[in-house]
Amino acid sequence: MAQHGVAQIWRRIRAIYNIEGNTCKTCDTYYFPPRPVCPTCRRKGVLEDHKFKGLGKIHTFAVVRQAPDDFKRQIPYVIAQVELDEGARVTAQIVNIDPEEVEIGMRVRACFRKITQAGTAGVIVYGYKFEPVLKVTGHSYP
Amino acid sequence: MSNRVAIIGVGLSKFGELWEQSIVDITLEAAMVAIFDSGVRGADIEAVCIGNMSAGRFTGQEHLGALAVDAGGLGGVPAYSVEAACASGGAAVRQAYMAIRSGEHDVMMVLGTEKMSDVNQTEAMNTISVASDWEWEGMFGATFPALYAFIARRHMKEYGTTEEQLSLPTVKNHANAAHNPYAQFQRPVPLKVVMGSGMLADPIRVLHSSPVTDGAAGLIMCSEEKAKEYTDTPVYIESSTQASDTLALHDRRDICTMDAVVKSSKEALEKAKVEIKDIDVFELHDSFTIGEITLTEDVGIAKKGEGGQTLSDGLTEIGGKFPVNTSGGLKARGHPIGATGVAQIVELALQLREQGGGRQVDGAERGLAVNIGGTGATSIVHILGR
Ligand SMILES: [Zn+2]
Repeated sequence: MAQHGVAQIWRRIRAIYNIEGNTCKTCDTYYFPPRPVCPTCRRKGVLEDHKFKGLGKIHTFAVVRQAPDDFKRQIPYVIAQVELDEGARVTAQIVNIDPEEVEIGMRVRACFRKITQAGTAGVIVYGYKFEPVLKVTGHSYP
Repeated sequence: MSNRVAIIGVGLSKFGELWEQSIVDITLEAAMVAIFDSGVRGADIEAVCIGNMSAGRFTGQEHLGALAVDAGGLGGVPAYSVEAACASGGAAVRQAYMAIRSGEHDVMMVLGTEKMSDVNQTEAMNTISVASDWEWEGMFGATFPALYAFIARRHMKEYGTTEEQLSLPTVKNHANAAHNPYAQFQRPVPLKVVMGSGMLADPIRVLHSSPVTDGAAGLIMCSEEKAKEYTDTPVYIESSTQASDTLALHDRRDICTMDAVVKSSKEALEKAKVEIKDIDVFELHDSFTIGEITLTEDVGIAKKGEGGQTLSDGLTEIGGKFPVNTSGGLKARGHPIGATGVAQIVELALQLREQGGGRQVDGAERGLAVNIGGTGATSIVHILGR
């Protein structure tokens, strides 16, 4: 399928590997994914690349229990909107935690994971997921 | 309004998993019913506008405008195919409305269609996901139910909406659909069963979600002047509006409010010169029950945060002050994606013609439909009067 083409993933690699978006210097707003035009300032906008720190908190989430084949192996998994400290919100999985323990407002940080694989022989997509900030192996979330 | 647009014929195919019928069969079925209902002859139809989201992925067939004209034997008339995800049907109605008001066409046929059951579950889920922002939501594992779960969980957190309230639209809409011979599910479902149904994406359960449906809907629309040649009981489109919002849910100002719905419904009321209290019957896009809850708030039936309580109070039942989804809505009538926006208008027209049978709202004179695309990136509102 088109959305799993190698080129379609490859050209977004800076964004999905490193959480690189951009910021509008005119209105001081951060965007992820990078926007081609600042929707507030339009032609007056001055956009610069910005690498997000990868820290934020959970704005809302769902526990996915029915998913298409490319995600079936992962169910149940937690998908969330993470509000990054710079201001943008991003949709990503939450890992390294029991789904029952996830809460709105929880602090999270980005980690690098395998996102999905298209079928048995398709492209493997890597990128960001998020995990609780204070999670240390062997300890539960405080 | 000087040059109003009239609806003089309505038609639906059966709604459901129609294994024996193709997309051509169901589309033609709705078209024929609408034509016979209107009294126009095939030769009177000057153009066709068809709403469809994704026949290319659901059935492998695109170019539905030409397909519909060909199947219907309508000769060489122009045919327009429009797409706006789940709002494709409403978009088709609005395109025809604008074409007729502009004077370009006098008599048009509007169709909406979707054949969803020809593909397996994974392909259906993937296809529905492209109504959201595929590259930044779907590809990371956000299924369509998960996106609505984002809204539901936030609404519960901010406003105290309960799991029971999340289940009430299903109970109400199934009860309404029991009186709709075209509906996919023509039977009531108890609250306990809804609340105990399987989880798709917590807190969204199977029975909080619209089903996979095959179906088509059709309208014959024309200018007010022309309508008098065919019928003594036309229904009029008093206003038609449309607005957009960010494609991705995570880019919204507030995920519990669909700003495009607020804007387009406010404009629709202003253009029709009416207030929300003047509307007698509503069709609100309940692809998920939380959608019906937030839409009752966004159109002004309930204050923000009180959509759940409005349901508990019975205000949106038939017999209540603001009956919502008398047809059974997307939940129980079914949600053949591209057909839904047209089917909503069919229901309002039937209500205003007092042909609602067991689900008729007494003395309904005005109706309002909200058809949304994706998670609210497109909102299309129509107000009908008689
Ligand atoms: Zn700016």
